[in-house]
Amino acid sequence: MENPHSATLTQEQGSSLWRDGWIRLCKNHMALFGLGVMVFFCVIALLTPWIAPYGYEQQDLQLGASPPSAAHWLGTDIFGRDMLTRIMYGSRVSLLVGFVATGVALVIGVLWGTVAGYAGGRVDAVMMRLVDILYALPFMIFIVLLMVVFGRNILLLFLAIGAVEWLTMARIVRGQVQNLRHQEFIEAAFSMGLSRWIIIRRHLIPNTLGPVIVYTTLTIPNVMLLEAFLSFLGLGIQPPQSSWGLLISHGVESMEEYPWLLIFPGLALSITLFALNFLGDGLRDALDPRASKD
Amino acid sequence: MTLLSIENLAVHFHTRAGQMRAVDGISFSVDQGEILAIVGESGSGKSVACYSLLNLIPQPPGKIESGTALFEGRDLLSMQPDILRRIRGNEIGIIFQDPMTSLNPYLTVGEQLIEPLLYHRNLNRQQALKRAVKMLDEVGIADPETRIHSYPHEFSGGMRQRVMIAMAMIAEPKLLICDEPTTALDVTIQAQILSLIKALQKRRNIAVIFISHDLAVVAGLADRVAVMKEGRIVETGPVNDIFQKPRSDYTRTLLASIPSGSKSHPPQPSDQPLLQIDRLTTCFADNSGGWLSRQKADKKAVNEVSLTIQRGEILGLVGESGSGKSTLGRSILQLVPVTRGSVIFDGTDLVGLRQKRMTPLRRRMQMIFQDPYASLNPRMTVFDCLAEPLLYHGLATRKTVTAQVLALMDDVGLARTAIRKYPHEFSGGQRQRIAIGRAIATKPELIIADEPVSALDVTIQAQILALILALVEKHNLTMLFISHDLSVVRYIADRIAVMHRGELVEMAETESLFVNPQHVYSRKLLSAIPTPTTAQT
Repeated sequence: MENPHSATLTQEQGSSLWRDGWIRLCKNHMALFGLGVMVFFCVIALLTPWIAPYGYEQQDLQLGASPPSAAHWLGTDIFGRDMLTRIMYGSRVSLLVGFVATGVALVIGVLWGTVAGYAGGRVDAVMMRLVDILYALPFMIFIVLLMVVFGRNILLLFLAIGAVEWLTMARIVRGQVQNLRHQEFIEAAFSMGLSRWIIIRRHLIPNTLGPVIVYTTLTIPNVMLLEAFLSFLGLGIQPPQSSWGLLISHGVESMEEYPWLLIFPGLALSITLFALNFLGDGLRDALDPRASKD
Repeated sequence: MTLLSIENLAVHFHTRAGQMRAVDGISFSVDQGEILAIVGESGSGKSVACYSLLNLIPQPPGKIESGTALFEGRDLLSMQPDILRRIRGNEIGIIFQDPMTSLNPYLTVGEQLIEPLLYHRNLNRQQALKRAVKMLDEVGIADPETRIHSYPHEFSGGMRQRVMIAMAMIAEPKLLICDEPTTALDVTIQAQILSLIKALQKRRNIAVIFISHDLAVVAGLADRVAVMKEGRIVETGPVNDIFQKPRSDYTRTLLASIPSGSKSHPPQPSDQPLLQIDRLTTCFADNSGGWLSRQKADKKAVNEVSLTIQRGEILGLVGESGSGKSTLGRSILQLVPVTRGSVIFDGTDLVGLRQKRMTPLRRRMQMIFQDPYASLNPRMTVFDCLAEPLLYHGLATRKTVTAQVLALMDDVGLARTAIRKYPHEFSGGQRQRIAIGRAIATKPELIIADEPVSALDVTIQAQILALILALVEKHNLTMLFISHDLSVVRYIADRIAVMHRGELVEMAETESLFVNPQHVYSRKLLSAIPTPTTAQT
């Protein structure tokens, strides 16, 4: 029983799941590609004010809508604004909405669902009825109310969207936890004397990751489109600021005359969606030790 | 007359990890009116061999590489799928292991019973239902006219297995394949099901292939036995020869693994009670009305049980499923709310104790669970799993924890190199070793073992029992060993308590219970143990 790993074991004290997950993720080329694309987009978005070829409200009415050219790689819109610049600025809003709102939904949804599922009984019933009530509340009225009370604010927009999206997450997680709660390893953890919070954190939440990750990657593009919808109604961000969603909805209006106004922002959103899906699938497999090894 | 003759059957599974030879060139035959038992550990290929005859293995990854299986002169393996479909369920019936999952919960048993008749025999519903009622009566289900309209969940496990048998037999097959039909059942129910299969086989003069991991079970049943290991048949012979003069080493290992006799060393008398239970009652509230309804019906799972466990003693607790033995174990550890009574652990009453005072006590009492596949967190490595209790209870620091985990792994016989592996990479026996390691990590005084070997193969069971005995001695543990298997309990326990319907009906020294059982129910349990010595033809 010689142990060849004894020298390295002492450093390996953290939670093995995350470190092993990272190692496995690095072996998944598609997931790494997705991660690379997302990092690239985020870096571009951060640096936009310095690297954008034009200002986002800089118009050239003489030029009008022009197809891609050497001066304007992705063409210009009807006001002669550079599309590349607008897509770059738009990514700042869209990515921020996507990640912040989904993050809010993720944190609230997972915690709410886990607590409800684990506590069970009346606590569960009350918590989930609250979710039902919020579901039933028309989402638009809810957001308009928030806007009226707190004024129009981009942070509020994030919170409002997150506050709506967590409901489904909570239901998914609660279903998972209800299944897990009666498994013997949870009982074993309890009989070991572990506190409830540690059981939730170490034993329950990691085992709900599969569906949670998949749902998260689906939520991010969803949230981006939701933002476009709200902006379109005048509740989100306002022109001349832009977001992918807004660009797409404007692009749809002039789809037949100026297709590039739809194609390029649409492409940006699609690439993001693909990258996130690859990354999400990779993460799900990487964090599940049972997924087969290559 | 030979009914089924299999020549050189090989089934391989092609997976990403490589080719697995599940069945590696086996030949055997079954005669009309004969019971052939195929015995082997899980993974020996015994089920795959029989399932491949009926095209029931998933293909891919499975692939039948070679062989012929002549059933009345027709080769099952090269047959067109629609011809095979007419044989399956009609001329060859099959009974699966788990009666809980092999019946469709959304159909009444009657609907499921008449399916083969409607399909294979072109009977109309009225005739088919009449036959189904007769069949249910034949397998020993009381009041078959009413019960035929019940749903599967309204039957107990043993009754469901009877329904399964009825279903397999209703089309009057010539061959019945039974895949571990009693493994999921209690000992007393197992005895009933075995004698039912035997009686049906006699009456109809059919052939039976009986797959089992347990030699003791097939002893009183089979005419011939084939022993399988790693995809090959290592020995075939009449049942008496297998038991009296086994030729292969593996068969001898299997025979030696059957727990028999009692513990080699007598218990040391000790008069320091570690655990005193006084009139413990645990009720489960029936909450089916939802939380808005007020009325509640209580079901007494444990009813006024009093017992004492001395330090250093192994107390065996036996009973059927539903007798409340697991609930008693969980009540002692306060894993389920106790309704009345007291549980005094080393001078402290645990019932109603606040969580703050309970937590340090939990270190001193641990539990080993039945199902090694469910009792380990699938996302924690062996290291995480064993380090968690050590770190949580402050028994190790970040610096010393690795050494302590390695020592624990040595203790339970796990290779040190496995420390970074996840539970799914281990076999059932090794997983149970991890679970045992976790239970003894905190150096507890009391361990409650809830059927720790019931889910394991016989050979693995013998190893785990030996490990438990060694650990009990080494660490001076006190143990409540819960099992439905009396021969296991006899092997390990100093004293035995018998539970029946939530009540403690008898408690005695192990040997005196076996020699002279007092209660009717204890006698019933004892007579149901399958023993290799009863082998006869």
